[in-house]
Amino acid sequence: MKKTLILTTALVSFGFAANADVTVMSWGGAYGAAQTEAHVKPWSAKTGNPAIMVDSDNPAPAIKAMVEAGNVTVDVASVEYADAIRLCDEGILEPIDAASLPPAPDGTPATEDFLPGAITECGVSTDIWSNVFAYDASKFTGDNVPKTAADFFDLEKFPGKRGLKKGAKAVLEFALLGDGVPAAEVYDVLNTPEGVDRAFAKLDTIKDQVVWWEAGAQPPQLLADGEVVMTTAYNGRIFNAAMTEGKPFVIVWDGQIYENEMYVVPKGAPNKDLAMDFIRYATSTEGLRAQAQQISYGPARKSSFAEPIVFKDGKTVMAPHLPTAPENLGNALETSSDFWVDHDAELNERFQSWLAQ
Amino acid sequence: MAEAPTALLTTADGRPLKAALATAQARARRRAFLLVLPLLAFVLLTFLIPIVYMLKRSFEHDGFASSAPALVAWFKSNPDFDPMNPPEEAYAALVQDLARMQVEKTTGIAGTRINYSVPGSISLFKKGAREAASLTPPFKESLPALDKEWARPALWRGMASASHVYTAEFYKVALDLKLTDKGWERGQDNERIYLYLFAKTFLISAIITLLCLLLAFPVAHLLATLPMAKSSLLMILVLLPFWTSLLVRTTSWIALLQEQGVVNNMLVALGLLDDSGRLAMMYNMTGTIVAMTHVLLPFMILPLYSVMRVIPPSYARAARSLGATSWTTFRRVYLPQTLPGIAAGSLLVFILAVGYYITPALVGGADGQLISNLIAFHMSKSNWSLAAAIAGMLLASILLLYWLYDRLIGIDRLKFG
Amino acid sequence: MALPTYASPLERIWYYTYLVICCLVFLFLIAPILIVIPLSFNAEPYFTFTQKMLSFDPEGYSLRWYDTLLTLGHPAPETPRDGTWWAAVWERATWVQAAKNSFWVGLWATILATTLGTVAALGLSRPEMPYRRLVMALLISPMIVPIIIIAVGMSFFFAKACVAPDSAMGFLFGWALSEKGCLANSHLGVIMAHAVLGIPFVIITVTATLTGFDQSLIRAAQSLGANPRTTFFKVIMPLILPGVISGALFAFVTSFDEVVAVLFIAGPDQQTIPRQMFNGIREAISPAILAVATILVVISVLLLTTVELLRRRSDRLRGVTGR
Repeated sequence: MKKTLILTTALVSFGFAANADVTVMSWGGAYGAAQTEAHVKPWSAKTGNPAIMVDSDNPAPAIKAMVEAGNVTVDVASVEYADAIRLCDEGILEPIDAASLPPAPDGTPATEDFLPGAITECGVSTDIWSNVFAYDASKFTGDNVPKTAADFFDLEKFPGKRGLKKGAKAVLEFALLGDGVPAAEVYDVLNTPEGVDRAFAKLDTIKDQVVWWEAGAQPPQLLADGEVVMTTAYNGRIFNAAMTEGKPFVIVWDGQIYENEMYVVPKGAPNKDLAMDFIRYATSTEGLRAQAQQISYGPARKSSFAEPIVFKDGKTVMAPHLPTAPENLGNALETSSDFWVDHDAELNERFQSWLAQ
Repeated sequence: MAEAPTALLTTADGRPLKAALATAQARARRRAFLLVLPLLAFVLLTFLIPIVYMLKRSFEHDGFASSAPALVAWFKSNPDFDPMNPPEEAYAALVQDLARMQVEKTTGIAGTRINYSVPGSISLFKKGAREAASLTPPFKESLPALDKEWARPALWRGMASASHVYTAEFYKVALDLKLTDKGWERGQDNERIYLYLFAKTFLISAIITLLCLLLAFPVAHLLATLPMAKSSLLMILVLLPFWTSLLVRTTSWIALLQEQGVVNNMLVALGLLDDSGRLAMMYNMTGTIVAMTHVLLPFMILPLYSVMRVIPPSYARAARSLGATSWTTFRRVYLPQTLPGIAAGSLLVFILAVGYYITPALVGGADGQLISNLIAFHMSKSNWSLAAAIAGMLLASILLLYWLYDRLIGIDRLKFG
Repeated sequence: MALPTYASPLERIWYYTYLVICCLVFLFLIAPILIVIPLSFNAEPYFTFTQKMLSFDPEGYSLRWYDTLLTLGHPAPETPRDGTWWAAVWERATWVQAAKNSFWVGLWATILATTLGTVAALGLSRPEMPYRRLVMALLISPMIVPIIIIAVGMSFFFAKACVAPDSAMGFLFGWALSEKGCLANSHLGVIMAHAVLGIPFVIITVTATLTGFDQSLIRAAQSLGANPRTTFFKVIMPLILPGVISGALFAFVTSFDEVVAVLFIAGPDQQTIPRQMFNGIREAISPAILAVATILVVISVLLLTTVELLRRRSDRLRGVTGR
């Protein structure tokens, strides 16, 4: 009997795939792949600690659910800026000691090397990314191509299905930008009930033509499959699809909505110390550069730009493809974390019931 | 030695036969039960207890009760307060709790609890907690000055109700009742999303059941009337989908039905469709209905088939020979005999359809989502109690249907292949 | 149903329409399953037939998506395919890991469900079984109750179902529990969940085999001096074995295809094939999913054949003629 027990134990433990030590949760697709290549694999190789990457549509609600259920399996998560602040307020995240972050190669302390606001109580920025919209160049000819956020909502001039993120954040702002609200006034308008109504009214005009996406990997796929003629997307996903798969995708920077992406550690993470070490490695000058070589999101450290960043194909210079490139900031909006920290729950609820109607 | 006066039957060892029989039967019952016991214990642990636990969660939420002790105490000692005009002590207790929440980082939890009945409360609590330390008495004026929502009677009703750990509030929310200044009332028509989704789920399930019945009837009839060798061969065509992974079948339907999919491409190539007029059959309700009909069709064919196979063909022949037309024969003689099969198949398909999750999640888009998907949505937003309450309502309707199935058909008649 | 000789022309038309309808329904049933097979050999990253595929140009076809199944998650996919390369596939490739997990979870869930289910079915089919109907209803209900409800319940309960690592239970089961000693995020949790979902199938198939079972055979065996053990292995087992095996296969397929419970109760270490497919379909639908689908279709054809052969054997043994 004892023999059988030992035998079964051995059989099972050999049968199952091995347990990983550090689990990083990110957004899957090209972004997840970029962080795997730039952070997970080299950190693992350097420290000898096995680490794996798991995908989520949005890691923030996923880790919140884990912490509240007392069942945390993730050590590091990549979340949006407003979520890093909101979850920190709610006690879902471990505080991160900014002083422990590695300085720039020239000795500048991390707190000065990072762009303003890129380090918060519980999170460190990995990059600045953007919500943009993109279209398939083969679907439009000559001068008749979408150029502004308003064009996205113009079904007469540009007929065809639209891809939109299934969530309130960035979608409501985009609707207002498309309705002609100047970027500087978007949050003032959205802060009033009439402004929210106005955003939903704008979305109503294209609602029956919308294909909703949830995972960031979906929009390039929707474009490639011809399911939509244009779609909102995370800019890096479109860039990578265009570069690595040679797709004729064009990004429209007008009306882009950009923000910081943060690495955070959920409270009760199984390997908290290793998680902190991972974050220190990944957000070093070189770590941020390595990520920007994989996907077109801008590093949040000034020192990462010391030399021009080149894409992994070895020839494309990244600077003009980053959301923060001056030529892309013409009509751009920085996500207001203050606004979304307060209104995330309320507006998403309204969005869901609007969707169900 | 006198003989026993009554002719009591006894066993060889002299015990009354009746008693011996009873003992033997009790022993047999016990033995039968003991065989089932290990499985019962296992099902209890992995199935029944989790469901009971979930139902408990649907009545339970301590998010507010545990993070606002001062206000909870005040509500306890003033159960009959007037929510239209709460006194200064209530406001003072609230401000004290808000300041405490800010320190203990519990605003999110407390706000979420109130948010169930009073939407917008998460934002309200966050702002309130941030400012609480700097507020000055009288709080009855300074707090509403921050945001007039703090004086709303609905909010006070919500907080009073949330001060109890156990509540039926989540069921009220799941029934689309809204907490207004006057108490719980029926929500506006365009706000009734849960009942609407329940109705839609039942409607879609009914459509799928009907489609399955229409498709299954001729096939089951053919299988039942063909010679055994041929019908066994054709039966494989029914059983193969049954054995194939649900995800494989759903993937296939995406490949077939999406706008650049096989069916649309074929129609365009044949000139039946304009390239710009491709049909939207995927990521909407059509996608859900088509894919689910395919997935559930074998569950209709098999019970129909097993009933049809035992219908003697002589009845139909007799009807024909007595002068009935083939339509009359079908309608008056054949159809009534298939009713048990129709009932069994339809109920089974309907029950399975109502609880479907995977297929709608993958192919349903925005309007092809069912009630299960809503439960998953609330789980992912960590609205545990609301998800549990909706699941509780779904469970109740399924159990009703299951009971009906057992009454009409009997679960031991369930068979595959 | 052959057409009788006295059929009227109208009835003839109707009869042929009926046959056409039946053919269409069979097509509806089977076409979606077969369509994935050619599509999985697509040379392009599309989900539909390309021009080259339609003209049977060999260039339109390739095995690249099958190759993806080996290289995804491979630390060095471009290196020469020698022993180390294949060892890395076995240890690291994402789909291979998922397949291993699916197989082991399925195997243990099947063993658990089949053993408990068969023994219980023996009890249930005895005429003396008390509360038979109620118990039966309870044991079948994991098939009826929507999986999402079961998954939600388990996700609440399994997160709380923990043992201390230094306790006796922790010593016995620790290896199969999560790092914190809980059922949530553990292999054992997934196995138990899948076993409970497979039990209705075992109960149904085994009790179906037992309905034709002549209880007097047991008494005959006992009267001839066989002890209960001999009776079970020499008389009962051979007769119900086909039912037990089909039940076991049903239970295995249930586990092998299950994704909802896994989504709710499993951690990152319990990546299974259906979970990997579910995420793949939701994100970027690459034909790699179709390659997996094709492999799964082949497996289900094999399983179906086994079950069919078993059923025929069982019918023959029990003297039931026909289906």
